[in-house]
Amino acid sequence: MLTIENQLSQEYKYGFITDIDQETIPPGLNEEVVKIISLKKNEPDWLLHWRLRAYKQWLKMEEPDWSMVKHDEIDYQAISYYSAPKSKDEGPKSLDEIDPELLKTYEKLGIPLEEQKMLAGVAVDAVFDSVSVATTFKEELEKVGVIFCSFSDAVKNHPELVRKYLGSVVPYTDNFYASLNSAVFSDGSFVYIPKNVRCPMELSTYFRINAANTGQFERTLIVADEGSYVSYLEGCTAPMRDENQLHAAVVELVAHKDATIKYSTVQNWYPGDPKTGKGGIYNFVTKRGSCLEKNAKISWTQVETGSAITWKYPSVILKGDNTVGEFYSVALTNNFQQADTGTKMIHMGKNTKSTIISKGISAGMGQNTYRGAVSILKNAENSRNYSQCDSLLIGDKCGAHTFPYIDVRNPSAQMEHEASTSAIGEDQIYYCNQRGISTEDAISMIVNGFCKKVFRELPMEFAVEAQKLMEVSLEGSVG
Amino acid sequence: MLEIKNLHVSVEDKPILNGVDLKVNAGDLHAIMGPNGSGKSTLAHVIAGREIYEVTDGNITYNGKDLLSMDPEKRALEGVFMSYQYPAMIPGVNLAYFIKAAVNAIRKHRGEPEMDAVDFLSFIKEKLSQVKMDESYLKRAVNEGFSGGEKKRNEILQMLTLEPSLAVLDETDSGLDIDAIKIVADGVNKFRREDRAVIIITHYQRILQYMNPDKIHVLMDGRIVRSGGKKLANELEDKGYSWLEETVAA
Repeated sequence: MLTIENQLSQEYKYGFITDIDQETIPPGLNEEVVKIISLKKNEPDWLLHWRLRAYKQWLKMEEPDWSMVKHDEIDYQAISYYSAPKSKDEGPKSLDEIDPELLKTYEKLGIPLEEQKMLAGVAVDAVFDSVSVATTFKEELEKVGVIFCSFSDAVKNHPELVRKYLGSVVPYTDNFYASLNSAVFSDGSFVYIPKNVRCPMELSTYFRINAANTGQFERTLIVADEGSYVSYLEGCTAPMRDENQLHAAVVELVAHKDATIKYSTVQNWYPGDPKTGKGGIYNFVTKRGSCLEKNAKISWTQVETGSAITWKYPSVILKGDNTVGEFYSVALTNNFQQADTGTKMIHMGKNTKSTIISKGISAGMGQNTYRGAVSILKNAENSRNYSQCDSLLIGDKCGAHTFPYIDVRNPSAQMEHEASTSAIGEDQIYYCNQRGISTEDAISMIVNGFCKKVFRELPMEFAVEAQKLMEVSLEGSVG
Repeated sequence: MLEIKNLHVSVEDKPILNGVDLKVNAGDLHAIMGPNGSGKSTLAHVIAGREIYEVTDGNITYNGKDLLSMDPEKRALEGVFMSYQYPAMIPGVNLAYFIKAAVNAIRKHRGEPEMDAVDFLSFIKEKLSQVKMDESYLKRAVNEGFSGGEKKRNEILQMLTLEPSLAVLDETDSGLDIDAIKIVADGVNKFRREDRAVIIITHYQRILQYMNPDKIHVLMDGRIVRSGGKKLANELEDKGYSWLEETVAA
């Protein structure tokens, strides 16, 4: 009989390597390297100094050890901190100037930039290893005053905005990986939505790690000014390599009065070899948003199916009165994958509201941890939180763990917490089989049913993608 | 259509069925009765293909094919349907989606075009009315929060929708009130056709009052100890299973 384990293994289809001229600085990290990165990017002094302060801070810090994830020690001197496709010194100005090999890569990933030019709807910024290579729809966005560009371009063209907001939500002292990122970040995306503008299309970034032995340290900064709205999606893939690769990104979101930011992630970094657990991406990411003024709203939606290790806690600081924070998460760990993920909702303002829906799926030997904190501070009158953390187990060698921390300092708070753990039962599979539905289809049906509440938060076109991704990531997991 | 010969079945080395012989022809309705623990449900699950039952001897042919060599999915695609006593719950998956997936899997196997959402909706609506379920059920998760009666009607709905050749109904009447029993029996009667067979497994004869069984078999201690017509059901109702136990022992 078909069992759950045979079902959960299919090859990682984004595992190709692009043969392209890369400029990579030698492995190792010291002050000099930080200076080289800054120099290569022609950065202003203030930014170099900010990086150096971050670097000094990082030297004093230690890797966090409180999470459930286990890995061999990371040798930070064995990593190269800058790698860029070698093209013209100044970088591409239009699609025509981009290396055709690179464009082919994006086509393989399912993002035909050429086509995207014509298809209205999604504007894409693509980050290949460390630099941003193409931003589509730039002009159309400029018409309404939306700035959507690579982080480097933003430093050049909008230094006042970058300077004002960089590190304002995730300071360079925040945590080990955030400090590292602040010192060596190479590129990323920058978005600014002006007052009362509803961004006319979904904005999207695709991240790709290509070069061997490189880390990817991108930074995303999104600022939504008063009364504005933006929906942003990031997607990630990487080639199959035997060694582990480090990805330590920082994402900062700032929502001003009456503004809404919706941030969706579909993360499919290479998870490592399904049989041995060798290789794969270490995904150590700091994501945080600040609802700075009243009526602001920030919503995180994540579908995490890739990476050998995922360590991320997209959080919201609910500073303004009546602000809203949301976290919708599906995390899937199959084979040897580990995930320790969740959120922090920090209620500071009055009448603030947060919702947490977390769905963890473990298969194979996968270990899945939800870790979340809800803090209601003293002045947060009439604040509310609703949390729901569900775990689904497939097979009998995987694990699910839940650590919900709750800290309430205002007696008017209303807290609700629901949690459940269930397994895909042989009885469910048998029932589906008896109706002519294959084991594979049954599992994907059950898993998609389990994830429904999260998938419906994704923009339509990506919800379909996410469902397909789940199917692929689960194949061979039936035992 | 179905021929069971000398079937011996164990679960974890414990024998449950000890040589069952049964022949069901197309167009027939057979009832299998018996006390609790006699092996009735085991027989149903062995026909459907549940993994935990080990066939130690005997065989089952279905339309001339070796049924025991097929996995449960293949049996379903070939037209074997089982109505469960305790159907599984599938949270988050709505009934319309589930039944449509099943209908299309079976249609695909038969070489028929898959049904699209519009066609499916008008098709399922008609079936729903046959078991007196309203359309709101289509949006509910499969068996989640369903009462006992709703679960059984849902099973009969699926039987009517999937149009199998052989339907095995396991304790479809247990725990139902008289109105629900009538609805279920009515569904079975609508399903019957000369190219289809039904095996109904039950503890009580009351559901049989609303149908016309061709044969009634009594299963005890893993064997069919008595076969007869509808009268046998009435006798059992009057005298209880112990009556047969004594005659069998004698």
